[in-house]
Amino acid sequence: MPYNVKEVVANKPSRFTSGHRMCAGCGAPPAARMIMRALKPEDHAVVAGATGCMEVSTFIYPYTSWTDSFIHTAFECAAATLSGAEAAYQSMKKQGKIDNTTKFIAFGGDGGTYDIGLQSLSGAMERGHDMVYVCYDNGAYMNTGIQRSSATPRFADTTTSPAGTVIPGKMQSRKDLSKIMVGHHLPYVAQTIGYMNFKDLYEKAEKAIYTEGPCFLNVLAPCPRGWGYPTDMLMQINKLAVETCYWPLYEVIDGKYKINYKPAKKLPVEEFLRPQKRFKHMFKPGNEWMIEEFQKEVDARWQELLDLEEITNKV
Amino acid sequence: MSIRERLSGNEAAATAMKQINPDVVAAYPITPSTEIPQYFSTFVANGSVDSDFVAVESEHSAMSACIGAEAAGARAMTATSANGLSLMWEMIYIASSLRLPIVLSLVNRAVSGPLNIHNDHSDAMGVRDSGWIMLFSENNQEAYDNTLMAHRIAEHKDVRLPLMICQDGFITSHSIENIELVEDEKVKEFVGEYHPEHYLLNEKEPISVGPLDVQSYLFEHKAQQAEAMRNAKKVILEVAKDFEKMTGRKYGFFEEYKLEDAEVAIVCMNSTAGTTKFVVDNLREKGIKAGLLKLRVFRPFPAEEIANALGHLKAVAILDKADSLNAVGGALFQDVTSAMYVSKKQVPAVNYVYGIGGRDTKADDIEKVYEDLLDIVKSGKVENPYRYFGLRKEEK
Repeated sequence: MPYNVKEVVANKPSRFTSGHRMCAGCGAPPAARMIMRALKPEDHAVVAGATGCMEVSTFIYPYTSWTDSFIHTAFECAAATLSGAEAAYQSMKKQGKIDNTTKFIAFGGDGGTYDIGLQSLSGAMERGHDMVYVCYDNGAYMNTGIQRSSATPRFADTTTSPAGTVIPGKMQSRKDLSKIMVGHHLPYVAQTIGYMNFKDLYEKAEKAIYTEGPCFLNVLAPCPRGWGYPTDMLMQINKLAVETCYWPLYEVIDGKYKINYKPAKKLPVEEFLRPQKRFKHMFKPGNEWMIEEFQKEVDARWQELLDLEEITNKV
Repeated sequence: MSIRERLSGNEAAATAMKQINPDVVAAYPITPSTEIPQYFSTFVANGSVDSDFVAVESEHSAMSACIGAEAAGARAMTATSANGLSLMWEMIYIASSLRLPIVLSLVNRAVSGPLNIHNDHSDAMGVRDSGWIMLFSENNQEAYDNTLMAHRIAEHKDVRLPLMICQDGFITSHSIENIELVEDEKVKEFVGEYHPEHYLLNEKEPISVGPLDVQSYLFEHKAQQAEAMRNAKKVILEVAKDFEKMTGRKYGFFEEYKLEDAEVAIVCMNSTAGTTKFVVDNLREKGIKAGLLKLRVFRPFPAEEIANALGHLKAVAILDKADSLNAVGGALFQDVTSAMYVSKKQVPAVNYVYGIGGRDTKADDIEKVYEDLLDIVKSGKVENPYRYFGLRKEEK
């Protein structure tokens, strides 16, 4: 059945309820809600959360926004924690102690995934647990107050890579976690975002949840506080991230790359950078080189992706 | 009929785990506990257990996976030593705060640094305030017996706390000794099935575990943990009574060896107790009224019971196989002496830090401790209560 956002929202009750304390204009809650909607209504889920904005805003004792079972232990180990729950499921199912169908989904921010949780994630993926790890990537440690992470783009102004008079923001490029996960030879890896009525996000979540084995979703989740855009601009920021090819939408199925959206006319990256305060210094006279460098990197990564699609699909 | 065998301490722990047949074992190799997951993965590979073995990529993930598994509704077990426990440290506290009755086999080894793979108790002492029940074992038999009793204690509704069974690295873990095993069927019946009240995999009642617990709640939750630890005392004794019925082997908070009429005594844990018993026997032949209190249950700490058992002595030495590096003495010394102070038992007490990094503990060393105690009795004075034995004198 072709995707229809109205039908999905009308027919599938939200399993991530309102009343949580995430900021207005944050990209993570709508993504989480749509991912949870991709579950079959009859299936139970165990959700693991890494410490971060999402966890501390959705499960404050004695309240929870999760209608499925949820577990949070610490910052760096959502994947390991969930792998234990999945092992329990496999063992108990084999022994006839339980008979339901349970799906396993982890949510971690870029700090808890690209940085401190990378080992735990890599281990869980390598061991082949039947689970989905979702990284909601907002490109910095937003929960502790906007510190740079390895997902922070070059030149971004953060509280630990401030744009100063000598050093103009973060000097290093962003780590490409999606490709690191591809290197684990997983059955399904995808990059997505809430765009075009969440079609791409929903369909990828569904594939990831219902592909057997370890799957990984990297979701760009803009942060109004850390990126510095008005809260009502979220969907525009999402759109610009895709249309500039800053955040290409692609999936890798059993090692084969598929780019899901190729803009007919790729927008210059400065359109994505301009509305964000974290890149403000790049638009000062004399700093044109920074925008040029940024564009070069986006172009090179986009070209690499086009090449990978071509190479991996050669018979 | 029980089964007579010859097993190392690690084999004993692994055998107990096999008989318990937990749903999940998640572990990572580290000397000297490595053999436990090795043996266990063989059981899994040969289909002699129903367990799922999760060969994690670190001890941090081992404890995280155990937490996930236990919260999901499974019985989860693991084993580690020293730095492995240090790496788990964050998750050790989380396991007890979530009230998950995970069982861990801790094969005691010196925590780095510098690197040393041999036995002392610095690993265990690093988690003594983490809210885990901690049982110590003199030999392979006790490591085995304590493991069989572990789940009954940890999973009890008034307790619901994780539990670790300690045994001395190499000294116990790698020494093969005689052991009496309980038949598989009897173990199964004794340990029983695990039916958690609330668990993640119960689709009829989804739960959320591990919240952000703010100022209005954390204190109450911690007080509940403290209450559970106090409750554990009663449960430990109840389970020991049932165990005695099954095996004839008697366990309490501690073993009193020729302590009742003793004038001087040593307090220690794990394998040193074996050496001490040998020395006590020799001294008794010479007419010296020496005794021993071998502590089995370190957490919950049986303060009042210890004070009562030691109160009649003329002098007592507390042996710590880990230094607290606090300029006043080891952790066991401080716990024992504060217990005695509170119970108004004024016995001259002295602390010996010993056996660090696997330094051999000889009968002569223990005998010298008793000689020192006799001197204390004679002089009525304790000069320098914070001492070492087995430390090499600096060569000039």
